[in-house]
Amino acid sequence: MRSPLSGAAVRRVLSNRRRVVAASVVVVLLAALLVWLARPEGAGFRTESAPVTVRSGPAGDEPVTLDTTFYLPDGASAGAKVPAVLLAHGFGGTKDSVRSDAEDLVARGYAVLTWTARGFGRSGGQIHLDNPDYEIRDGQRLLDWLAARPEIRTDSAGDPRVGVVGGSYGGGLALLLAAQDPRVDAIVPMITWNDLSRAFLPESTGKPATEGVFKKGWAGIFFGGGGNAGSGPAGLSGSTGAAQPEQAPTAAGAPSPQPGAGPGSGPGRGPAGAADPSCGRFAADVCAAYLRIATTGRADQAAVDLLRRSSPAGALDRIKSPTLLVQGEADTLFPLTEADANARGIAANGTPVRVAWFTGGHDGGEGPKTDSDRVKFLTAQWLDHYVKGEGAAPGDDFTFSRIAGFDALDRGLVATGYRTTDYPGVAGTGRREVTVSGPAQPVANPPNGNPAAISSVPFAGALGSLLDGVAGDIPGQHARFESAPLDRAVDVVGAPTVQVRAASPTGEAVLFVKLYDVDPNGAATLPDGLVAPVRLTGLPRTVEAATPVTVTLPAIVRRVEAGHRLRLVVATSDQAYTTPAEPTVYTVAAGDAPLVLPTVTGEPIPTGAAVWRWVLAGLLAAIAVGLVVVVLLARRRHRRQDSSIHPEYAGVPLAVRDLRKEYADGFVAVSHVDFEVHPGQVVGLLGPNGAGKTTTLRVLMGLTQPTAGEIYVFGHRLVPGSPVLSRIGALVEGPGFLPHLSGLENLKAYWRATGRPEGDAHFEQALEIAGLGDSVHRKTRKYSHGMRQRLAIAQAMLGLPELLVLDEPTDGLDPPQIAEMRRVLQRYATDGRAVLVSSHLLAEVEQTCTHAVVVNKGRIVASGPVAEIVGESPSVLFDVTDPEAARAVLDRLDGVRVLPDGDGGLVVDTNGTARSEVVAELVRAGIGVDRVVPRRRLEDAFLALVGENSRGSGDR
Amino acid sequence: MAGSSVDTRVGPAGAAPGYRPSATMPFVAEFRRQASRRRTQLALGFMVLLPIIILIAFQFDSGDDDRNGGGEFASLADLATSGGLNFTLFSLLVSASFLLVVVVALFCGDTVASEASWGSLRYLLAVPVPRARLLTVKLVVALAYSLLALLLLAGTALLAGTLRYGWSPLRSQVAAELAPGQGLLRLLAVLGYLAVVLLVVAGLAFLLSVTTDAALGAVGGAVLLWILSSILDQITALGALRDFLPTHYSSAWLGLLSTPMQTDDVVRGTISAVGYATLFWGLAFWRFTRKDVTS
Repeated sequence: MRSPLSGAAVRRVLSNRRRVVAASVVVVLLAALLVWLARPEGAGFRTESAPVTVRSGPAGDEPVTLDTTFYLPDGASAGAKVPAVLLAHGFGGTKDSVRSDAEDLVARGYAVLTWTARGFGRSGGQIHLDNPDYEIRDGQRLLDWLAARPEIRTDSAGDPRVGVVGGSYGGGLALLLAAQDPRVDAIVPMITWNDLSRAFLPESTGKPATEGVFKKGWAGIFFGGGGNAGSGPAGLSGSTGAAQPEQAPTAAGAPSPQPGAGPGSGPGRGPAGAADPSCGRFAADVCAAYLRIATTGRADQAAVDLLRRSSPAGALDRIKSPTLLVQGEADTLFPLTEADANARGIAANGTPVRVAWFTGGHDGGEGPKTDSDRVKFLTAQWLDHYVKGEGAAPGDDFTFSRIAGFDALDRGLVATGYRTTDYPGVAGTGRREVTVSGPAQPVANPPNGNPAAISSVPFAGALGSLLDGVAGDIPGQHARFESAPLDRAVDVVGAPTVQVRAASPTGEAVLFVKLYDVDPNGAATLPDGLVAPVRLTGLPRTVEAATPVTVTLPAIVRRVEAGHRLRLVVATSDQAYTTPAEPTVYTVAAGDAPLVLPTVTGEPIPTGAAVWRWVLAGLLAAIAVGLVVVVLLARRRHRRQDSSIHPEYAGVPLAVRDLRKEYADGFVAVSHVDFEVHPGQVVGLLGPNGAGKTTTLRVLMGLTQPTAGEIYVFGHRLVPGSPVLSRIGALVEGPGFLPHLSGLENLKAYWRATGRPEGDAHFEQALEIAGLGDSVHRKTRKYSHGMRQRLAIAQAMLGLPELLVLDEPTDGLDPPQIAEMRRVLQRYATDGRAVLVSSHLLAEVEQTCTHAVVVNKGRIVASGPVAEIVGESPSVLFDVTDPEAARAVLDRLDGVRVLPDGDGGLVVDTNGTARSEVVAELVRAGIGVDRVVPRRRLEDAFLALVGENSRGSGDR
Repeated sequence: MAGSSVDTRVGPAGAAPGYRPSATMPFVAEFRRQASRRRTQLALGFMVLLPIIILIAFQFDSGDDDRNGGGEFASLADLATSGGLNFTLFSLLVSASFLLVVVVALFCGDTVASEASWGSLRYLLAVPVPRARLLTVKLVVALAYSLLALLLLAGTALLAGTLRYGWSPLRSQVAAELAPGQGLLRLLAVLGYLAVVLLVVAGLAFLLSVTTDAALGAVGGAVLLWILSSILDQITALGALRDFLPTHYSSAWLGLLSTPMQTDDVVRGTISAVGYATLFWGLAFWRFTRKDVTS
């Protein structure tokens, strides 16, 4: 066994190797998973960055160098042409702002051309605000450039197959380029404007921009370059960081330029005009118009004309490219009404138009993931059909979404998407009228607009307004009109209208009308921080004389729950707008008409999450099916189990045949054990510690699986859990009781676990054997070792099993108890029952058993009736006074032989001669005989096998 | 033994009379066996005691209204005294992340390992209780006790909270006020999801319970692995890997409080929990029905 090449050692190594292999496989799989998850995005495309010089300007002769990056999918070539996408960035951004969008598109098989618009980044020129003669003409020249590329698909010579995608500033470019150049095949303008003058100088009673209220907050951000305003969606914004709220739905990509890298501070590669510190890289006319508006807060016609020149509003009838308009609900810069105007204008020509609203925007960023996923999907579907020519025609159904709450896991916003077949515009498909009322209230206009109410903070994100942490009205500067609590919830989708009346001592007033959602606890929420600025003129001095004016509130998507109130607030100041500098006190009253809420009943868009419901259902079904299959298989195996009775052993309580047990570590506990226990026998399994007795009993009790060999109990082959085990009572490896229960309770609990009738247990007899007296009611944890042992024997005898198996039963018992136990066992084996007792004590076996089996080192070394093994042997041990003389005397006796061993005494083989005669001979010879002890075979065998090496086989 | 003769009746497959494998280890017997244990009584008792302790602690409210930050969900603590439903919700919030985990790990991790350590397991197997049956009964009883603990906690909190703070609507900062009736339904939904999430702990503890003889090792191991998973879940750098952590969706029940209910993460969390629990239990059965019981 010590040989390193022995079978067990080899198996051990093999088993270790198996473990090593299994562990290695697991490690490799884990590593592969990690690598797969952390893998760098496969390139799949190549890029070319180069300055491209184009000629633009009114006459098309002013050269300007644009910083471009061209993304070309792998596999695109002159032989395998691909469609192209012109991807424009937002205001203040560069071509890098849209890199990740470009990568998304190039992965879909488009060649993508991104460039830094003139006046930004490393491109030359000045900012003309998407002027048709400058920025838009730049775009046309880039179309020429694309058409000249051999890899780009063309519709005809010089006409590339191309879509234009961009957000905010880039979206404006997409619209204006489509209007100016028929080569554009499809456009996806996002969060962009229809009329730039209206966007910056809104007026909610329908007055022209010259009467508008200047949106100074946003304008300042744009002009000052202090932020990265308007770097847009898919060019909206281009930031990856959470600190940049303004992220477009499809956007992501390289970081926006840092603050200070905006239009006012770009590297001075432009013409000399850029040197003007008040204008930065803005073109002189744009700069002058801004300065005039920002100074007075009012726009003159020239300035409005300049802004309208940069607006799609006047050019919509020329747009023939299918248009997907994506607009943000959380957008105080370009609200939903801008996209609405674009949609109506373009659709009027019969051009396919589709509108989608999402919960982000210039304030709300790219919105929740479901929203950005939806916008990405719509964009890809639009381009694939109209540019690549793949996929079915996208419908013209309208999708929008509503903030549903906070995500419980990452605390982000959660939006629910809805769909309607037709685009309802901002007037809704239904309407709900709610009366808001309140007395006429005086409101003060603060001098120079300070302090001012805060409705929205550019870049604060939708979170701010939702949490009502930002919105705040100044006491004395606003009037409130409230509705009764709503009896049922209303889904507002569109622009509500309301009437107000106002009086002013000057005849004029600038007011901000807003609609709050007030919950039953009084917490008021201004949806998306949107306000409606109005400039009223010709007002009377008293409010009674005032005529109601209808105000169109900003378009919103919001569910107002039942029990909530609607609160109309009319304020005199707002931090985002320029208000009259003179302090005045107006009087404001509610109008005659009720508040009209437009509603749209949308069908919820099933999200990707719906799939998980099916996965869950499938998982549960799979588990149920798997469970049924496992149970059926187990039953079937059970039924097929060999239930036949081995005829040879039918009446034999126990037959062990060639038993071998080898543990997983290669240790052979039992190498060959073979014996039988017959009815009426008390069989002793005798052997030193570690001889394999306990292992044999463990296998016998179905606790361990044998490596080889069989055990038959009454002819039934025994495997773990065999029902025939119920006919065996056992004590193996010491008692096992629940320490917190009393002895009796333990026995009862054990018997309950057998599920057999209580009457079969014979508790009284068992308790009588245990002999615990009143201690049987004490907790077993307080028992002595011997008490526990007796209780365990009693437990083994519960139900009077036909075969009783006891492992070292006298362990811990005192001599009288041992004697009593002997009698009990001997009595038990009458009536056809049998007992198997294992012991390492020779005397115990000798005195208790009818038969004995001696095992050592896992093998049987002797077996048979105890009488036969233990019985008188021909050898006798003599203790004599003079061994030498005695030896001489004995040698003379016929047939008597003195055996060589015998320390001190003489071991004599009497060989048939009566012992009395031998003694007589010795005495006659004058030798004193102290002791005559018959030697016994069992002891001989035991000592011969065990005594020579007292170490147990377990120590091998 | 004198006077009693060998019963010559023999059941099917040579079994003793009256023995049927499917009748061994009755559920009720095992339930009572566990009920008699001090740790069962203590754990269940603490479930009753905890809401009362919290209630008493709230009586020491100093009136200091400082809101020390926290997100929208931290407001559950502020709202805890607004009614019985909110109080119950708060009690669940504070116990969900650790206490309930320990209790479930205790019931499921201790059940087989303690029998092994007492030495009574081998006598049950020698009855013989079929191994699969033994595990099934043990598991069902452990799960029953876990559920009982959860219900006791919620029930006591609801009772004590309602008696002290009244039967008011369920309030939270993320949703409109919910009428008490509907609030109770939401609360039941939260309890249901918590029970499902805790199946992972139950599975893990049970698997450890059949692999080791040390009850403490099984219970502690399950709790430690749960904590490890929670820590890893805090590391956002792990990205999508976190979705596979058994604790990733453990707080998704908060979504059930918003209006409308956000069930997406609840569904994903259920998939994750049921999947892990099935895996762990499957391994436990696979292991236990094959292993050599040497304890």
